[in-house]
Amino acid sequence: MSILVNKNTRVICQGITGSQGTFHSEQCLAYGTRMVGGVTPGKGGSTHIGLPVFNTVAEAKAKTDCQVSMIFVPPAFAADSIMEAVDADLDLVVCITEGIPVLDMVRVKRFMQGRRTRLIGPNCPGVITPGECKIGIMPGHIHKPGKIGVLSRSGTLTYEAVHQLTQLGLGQSSCVGIGGDPVNGTNFIDVLKLFKADPQTEGVILIGEIGGSAEEEAAEYIQREFKKPVAVFIAGASAPKGKRMGHAGAIISGSKGTAEAKFAALEKAGCKISRSPADMALTLKSML
Amino acid sequence: MNIHEYQAKEILRRYGVATLRGKVVEKASEARAVAQELGAPPWVVKAQIHAGGRGKGGGVKLAKTLDEVGDWAGKIIGMNLVTHQTGPEGKQVHKVLIEQGCQIAKEYYLAALVDRATGRVAMMASAEGGVEIEEVAAKRPEAIVKVDIDPAVGLAAFQARKLAFAIGIPAESLNKAVQFMLGLYKAFVECDCSVAEINPLVLTKQGDILALDAKMNFDDNALYRHKDIVAYRDLNEEEASEIEASKFELAFIKLEGTIGCLVNGAGLAMATLDIIKLNGESPANFLDVGGGASKEKVTAAFKIILRDPHVKGILVNIFGGIMKCDIIAEGVIAASREVGLKVPLVVRLEGTNVELGKKLLRESGLNITPADHLTDAAKKIVAAVRGAKGTDMGGR
Repeated sequence: MSILVNKNTRVICQGITGSQGTFHSEQCLAYGTRMVGGVTPGKGGSTHIGLPVFNTVAEAKAKTDCQVSMIFVPPAFAADSIMEAVDADLDLVVCITEGIPVLDMVRVKRFMQGRRTRLIGPNCPGVITPGECKIGIMPGHIHKPGKIGVLSRSGTLTYEAVHQLTQLGLGQSSCVGIGGDPVNGTNFIDVLKLFKADPQTEGVILIGEIGGSAEEEAAEYIQREFKKPVAVFIAGASAPKGKRMGHAGAIISGSKGTAEAKFAALEKAGCKISRSPADMALTLKSML
Repeated sequence: MNIHEYQAKEILRRYGVATLRGKVVEKASEARAVAQELGAPPWVVKAQIHAGGRGKGGGVKLAKTLDEVGDWAGKIIGMNLVTHQTGPEGKQVHKVLIEQGCQIAKEYYLAALVDRATGRVAMMASAEGGVEIEEVAAKRPEAIVKVDIDPAVGLAAFQARKLAFAIGIPAESLNKAVQFMLGLYKAFVECDCSVAEINPLVLTKQGDILALDAKMNFDDNALYRHKDIVAYRDLNEEEASEIEASKFELAFIKLEGTIGCLVNGAGLAMATLDIIKLNGESPANFLDVGGGASKEKVTAAFKIILRDPHVKGILVNIFGGIMKCDIIAEGVIAASREVGLKVPLVVRLEGTNVELGKKLLRESGLNITPADHLTDAAKKIVAAVRGAKGTDMGGR
């Protein structure tokens, strides 16, 4: 088992003919992901990197029976692409695009209300079930199939955690990057629920960042319902107040959103804190 | 992106949000004429910098005569204004806003912002205006009322009334308050704000509702569709190094320490600052080269770091995802050569094309210490920087 995606998942790429879409679709294919097509409006009917290209997501779904879309559309048009995939009633949309205006995402979230499609991202590395299916920009080779779930707001820091786990011989069930934007599709609790229900997952590394209160909310959920071991790192403990650390979401305003507040909440919930980003996997291992 | 109070008020007026009449001047000699044009006394002379707490810092003064307007403008323009938001070094004032005075009956707080918890725009109001709203939020959260706004509908009049009644706006001024809030929401959405804060919102003795102060922040990701707002950018308010970085689309923030950092990904960049701190030294900057960075971008990043005289060493920490380690290596080598690298450099590469990247670094003939993992990298750069400090002392 795994969460969200597996070896049978049928995937298309929106923006497949762009340079990023092309490069990463090739990488996903090479990893073994069942890529079944792509969408670029106006290029329907052509073939790109050996895959059929469609004008619309609805057409791609009708012809390929795809379940998931991976989006590499430029930021000005990405919100529209997400809505198109949601409208086509896909199971899952993974939006890699970075730099989408936040009010566009506010509208997207409203549009998604009452529909069943799940959105991961935007501004995220994607989702991977090692050895089965990679949807996103993560380097596939650092992963190893196993029993640990990885859940993160940050891209490269996720790779760091995965790399540490693999070095320690701990494989991963699934790894999910939920993205660093203030308004996104899936939050920590959504993914924790999936890890809870997944018998393969025996422990979780949760990687948060300063800013917002998503980690505090996750802590409440963990305390209440999540019994598997959780090791936590929060990036930005040394960040000064009021400075936006790259991600639009990563900013401490007032006394809210500090790493210390998040550490305290998660520790109280029974999580073990890795103070150093180098010890994420070691911290989890000590709990198994 | 931040803008000045006078610029925020210009925008708000376009959306029918009531403000006092005012005009900005850069020369004290113009202040008097501007005040005269605005009308009868009193006037308020307000320093225009991108920081709050200007009043307490001595940057906002009431003038009862035209002479006083000129005097205060002369004193404030050019002053180094220190507030709780500027840091101890303060900020130099280049402009003042001369505004009509008004008779305040009561002060309130009003703001629109993106609420991450709901994924919607929220409008918040409080009867406690003119004070630090964060203190109110921490001590008496019930004193702040909030409505969540459905993006498909926009701020509904009933929601605006709800806020107005909750904070005690008198019935005679209700419609003015509602119009004010509807205008503020429209401005917020149409301009892609991340925060629009009116603190204080005032009720005048004549029953008018006005923005006495206004602060607007914009979503950087949406600036591409707001050329008019980009034109408001004031480079005087930004760090020179951060301006340079923004030209290359690098996320760069200057910090106070001695170890320069070049990292890919915001989370890993923050984590790198954290691990430097955990090892007893301080980072000189946050720098995320982002994804898909070109060799030119990395070269520019390197030069920007090396421009800071406090930098005693550099740590490059790259986990290749989108980024390929060989591209980073080429950038590091090119930049090192171009600036004539004199400080110790520790490079930790991992991920895509790592062997090729390491090979390029090894064959560059430059003095680069490779590191194998995060802790190793942090320890090596900390040791190198401390070694460099020791050498410095010995040399004197």
